Amino acid sequence: MSEINNIFDISGRALSAQLLRMNTVASNLANANNVAGSAAEAYRAIKPVFETKYAESFERSGVATVDAVNVLAINRQPEKVFMPEHPKADEEGFIYNAAVNVEEEMVEMLEASRQYQNNIEVISTMRALMMRTIQMGK
Amino acid sequence: MKTISDHLSFHASALGLRSKRNEILASNIANAATPHFKARDIDFGEEIRKHEKIGPLVTSDKRHYALASVRTGEETLYRQPMSPSLDGNTVELPIEQIEFSENVVRYQTSLQFLNNRISGLLSAIKGE
Repeated sequence: MSEINNIFDISGRALSAQLLRMNTVASNLANANNVAGSAAEAYRAIKPVFETKYAESFERSGVATVDAVNVLAINRQPEKVFMPEHPKADEEGFIYNAAVNVEEEMVEMLEASRQYQNNIEVISTMRALMMRTIQMGK
Repeated sequence: MKTISDHLSFHASALGLRSKRNEILASNIANAATPHFKARDIDFGEEIRKHEKIGPLVTSDKRHYALASVRTGEETLYRQPMSPSLDGNTVELPIEQIEFSENVVRYQTSLQFLNNRISGLLSAIKGE
């Protein structure tokens, strides 16, 4: 992994982590109404795993950023519904709804978007500061 | 004798520290959603005293040792959370945002002081 040197590394990588989180939310919401013929085939919500990445000089600088290291399907059982007339129903007449909690995904989406905005705000503020700093003495 | 760098050094080191603190606060904001992340910060007043070698004791003779003359680099401390969350993350976004915006304003203030000193020097050099 590349070394974390400045504000653009810190907030930029946080942005990509939050964007990945948004992507998982989008996948989960898109598949929220999926139906499968067996519990194993049913869609399960996927979640990113966030991990702090410390700079090599962390003890001196205290600088750290975040990476989404992994995307995992959560261990939640799909809802089993008795619907014998459904074309995908198994021999006992059950279908399996995707294991996605829509409300939870909405909250996740709002939180990810707010944190994305926070990081954008940090970058633009720091950029403005840098622009003013290079004008020093003029 | 006072050199030009002495004239500028206080605000220069304040600016450097502010910039460092900005990066630490940005790290906290970046890790707002990371489990087990502990928010860090530096005590600006303490660090600037270390930079400027201002200790808690005053020296009145040149043979006295200044107490804070040992610089060991910045000490990044841990923030005490008001309401810790279940996942072990101690970042509280409202606090970090306020600290960040305050730090940005103070950075700009230091920058302004530096600018004023530089333009003062320039006008002294030109003699206009």
